[in-house]
Amino acid sequence: MSAVAMPPPDLTILARRSEIIVGLREILGGLHVIESEDERRAYETDALTAYRVIPLAVVLPGSTEEVASVLKYLAGAGVKVVARGAGTSLSGGALPSQDCVVVGLARLNRILAIDYENRVARVEAGVTNINITNAVSGCGFFYAPDPSSQLACTIAGNIAMNSGGAHCLKYGVTTNNVLGVRMVLIDGTVIDLGGAHLDAPGLDLLGLVVGSEGQFGIVTEATVRILRAAEGARPMLMGFDSPADAGACVAAIIASGIIPVAIEYMDRPAIKVCEAFAKAGYPLDVEALLIVEVEGSEAEIVDLIARIRRTAEAFHPRVMRVSRSEAESAAIWKGRKAAFGAMGRIADYLCMDGVIPTGRLPEVLTRVGEICAGHGLAVANIFHAGDGNLHPLILFNANDEDELRKAETAGAEILKLCVEVGGCLTGEHGVGIEKRDLMPFQFSPAELALQMQIKNVFDPAWLLNPAKVFPLEGRPVVA
Amino acid sequence: MLTPADEPHLAAVVADAAARKAPLAIAGSGTRSGLGRPMQTATTVSTLLLTGVTLYEPAELVLSARAGTPLREIETLLAGNRQRLAFEPMDHRGIYGSSGTPTIGAVAAANLSGPRRIQAGAARDNLIGLRAITGDGKVIKAGGRVTKNVAGYDLVKFLAGSLGTLAVLSEVTFKVQPEPETEATLAITGLADKQAIAAMAAALGSPYSVTGAAHAPADEGEPGRTYFRLDGFEASVAHRVDSLRAALSDFGPADLLGPATSASLWLTILDVDGLSAPLGTPIWRVSVRPGDGPQVVAAAQAAFPARVLYDWGGGLVWIAGGEGSDAGAAVIRAAVGAVGGHATLVRAADAVRNAVEVFEPLAPPLMDLTRKLKATFDPAGILNPGRMYAGV
Repeated sequence: MSAVAMPPPDLTILARRSEIIVGLREILGGLHVIESEDERRAYETDALTAYRVIPLAVVLPGSTEEVASVLKYLAGAGVKVVARGAGTSLSGGALPSQDCVVVGLARLNRILAIDYENRVARVEAGVTNINITNAVSGCGFFYAPDPSSQLACTIAGNIAMNSGGAHCLKYGVTTNNVLGVRMVLIDGTVIDLGGAHLDAPGLDLLGLVVGSEGQFGIVTEATVRILRAAEGARPMLMGFDSPADAGACVAAIIASGIIPVAIEYMDRPAIKVCEAFAKAGYPLDVEALLIVEVEGSEAEIVDLIARIRRTAEAFHPRVMRVSRSEAESAAIWKGRKAAFGAMGRIADYLCMDGVIPTGRLPEVLTRVGEICAGHGLAVANIFHAGDGNLHPLILFNANDEDELRKAETAGAEILKLCVEVGGCLTGEHGVGIEKRDLMPFQFSPAELALQMQIKNVFDPAWLLNPAKVFPLEGRPVVA
Repeated sequence: MLTPADEPHLAAVVADAAARKAPLAIAGSGTRSGLGRPMQTATTVSTLLLTGVTLYEPAELVLSARAGTPLREIETLLAGNRQRLAFEPMDHRGIYGSSGTPTIGAVAAANLSGPRRIQAGAARDNLIGLRAITGDGKVIKAGGRVTKNVAGYDLVKFLAGSLGTLAVLSEVTFKVQPEPETEATLAITGLADKQAIAAMAAALGSPYSVTGAAHAPADEGEPGRTYFRLDGFEASVAHRVDSLRAALSDFGPADLLGPATSASLWLTILDVDGLSAPLGTPIWRVSVRPGDGPQVVAAAQAAFPARVLYDWGGGLVWIAGGEGSDAGAAVIRAAVGAVGGHATLVRAADAVRNAVEVFEPLAPPLMDLTRKLKATFDPAGILNPGRMYAGV
């Protein structure tokens, strides 16, 4: 058994399975209600693959109206609901339970309108992140948040988790780039929050909904900002002999008045694996590698890189190399964005997502190494250095229950460390089930109670993604 | 007026008021007390004595301060490190004719964002942490001192702009930004509103990182002026001035305003100086898709004399005017309703703001959620009751 306990399924719901499926078929027809165990198995997990549960049923509605009918029916029947985009959550945000119906948004994948004059796009929530950029890149625009999983992950999931990405240092995360959503509440009511304008009236319900991990409703459409891309962009690689030098260099670049588009960090184990995968030309003999990207016109890029070079000199970089071609730039980013996948080829891993004040970087990296070593586990560090968002990958053997438990324990210790030094449990992956039981380390009982009361407002019976975010004990509704 | 000396005292004041169900008006120095519906509160509690910067890490681009800290003090401290609040909080003293010292708490509580909102985000996007007293007197924190934080629900966003109706902010943490080395503004003269919107759309859709796009329509014989701001390193700004000028050549020749002229121009746009007098004229703040702004303005001007300033590339429209007992609410709300967006009656006599909704009326399910969330944060209904909506 894994460390995170899930509540026992509601046997009365399991006993009513046939009746519930009939009800769902009446709404959606047979084709989009997935019933057979083999097909349901495709939905048993997300990217936190250590946890697997086959749901009661899976439905694939094709419109907001169908989502509304499904939720109204399931709420009436008292059935739990887990919404699912592409199932790329690293925190178990889309993990089903035996007594839940998974509402998959895969069929809601249309781009509804692109408005270059007002610099917004309206999309169905099941559209993939990259497809928004693909739809507007011909005109030189892009959608800014770029999670590593952007080829697969959906806007629905991005909104649920308030996802970030490497380029958020300059352009912000999901909540800064979503202007409006259409959302279905648990009773089937359809609401519109925000719109195509830059701010919404009244209390910031949109701000509250983004990052609510599928616990307030199901978002079926979104209006997002699209931005004109800079004239050009160029990454440079900087290798250092110590994490302390790399960390100090990041601070000095920012203190010099430059906000690069991205500052990414890899340690030696990560460099080795990513280089083997992407052949990006990463230096293999350094302890810490920074990928720093700047953008603008050719003259601006040259100027910014010269400034960054001057700043970096003080920290004794072993390597400083600027990309010489589009192909080289693509390879540099391919290595970084494929890091999680590349790491997965050599070992199973748990991907942590803590955030720390950047000034504490060297000391935290040392402690992370010590924590993992203390459990006899190896760790590779890949993260967004500019904003202190750490992604230690704790390597373990998934076939060994004991190692999984050790890896989870080490992960919890790392996240507690992040909170201790003034950071937080999760920067962009969300709480899900993975960090659910760590929430009391970041929040007081009063703060957790307030958040749970907010959950009550949207979903009084706690049917939406219920086993996530909050510890199972101390809830107003029995999990 | 109650002026608790620290957070525990503030919490005690709120807890006491909650126990007595005695409504409190929440204020900093009160320079923006004209914003919102008039309230019937016997007692005002002010955060003015909760002062001081509690954290400033220039290399981490983060600053925390107690809610009553004067905004000017923070801006001076940041400027000493060539940093700033990038979202440009507005000073309301001009349009309200109020006096006092604007506080950092109000910047968060009212989500005050100026011309750079189009590029740097709103105050709510730069607010990363806070401490606050909820209506039952409990001290809570939300967010923290790191930029990325998705643990739990985003109460930082939710409290930003809630105008003291959910909790009293006691401390706020903002992301700060480097001050650009220089700035410049291009100005095109004589564009009609629709042309100006098209020019601003072209500029904001260009790769030149425009950080301000505003249009002052023709007024009392003065031709319209459309402004485009660029900032950054010297050489970069020079390059982008040339590129943007070329890109906008179809709209007419553009004058170049140097750093000092540019900086003072954008302060007048930020604070809507051109529309502030006379103080008796109502002022509307309209948020729409940029392309829809001229339609709303045309509807207003067909009904009553109105002077106008477009900011955010046209997406933020300030309208000074509005006749009758509703200050033009029927006309403006109908025009905004036709295109999508919302309107706030930022300035009007108390009697008018008692008679018409100040903030855009919400659809019934949103009003229902709003009321329930208000009750969650403030069960006794004592914090700025009625300032945003009746019963909220």
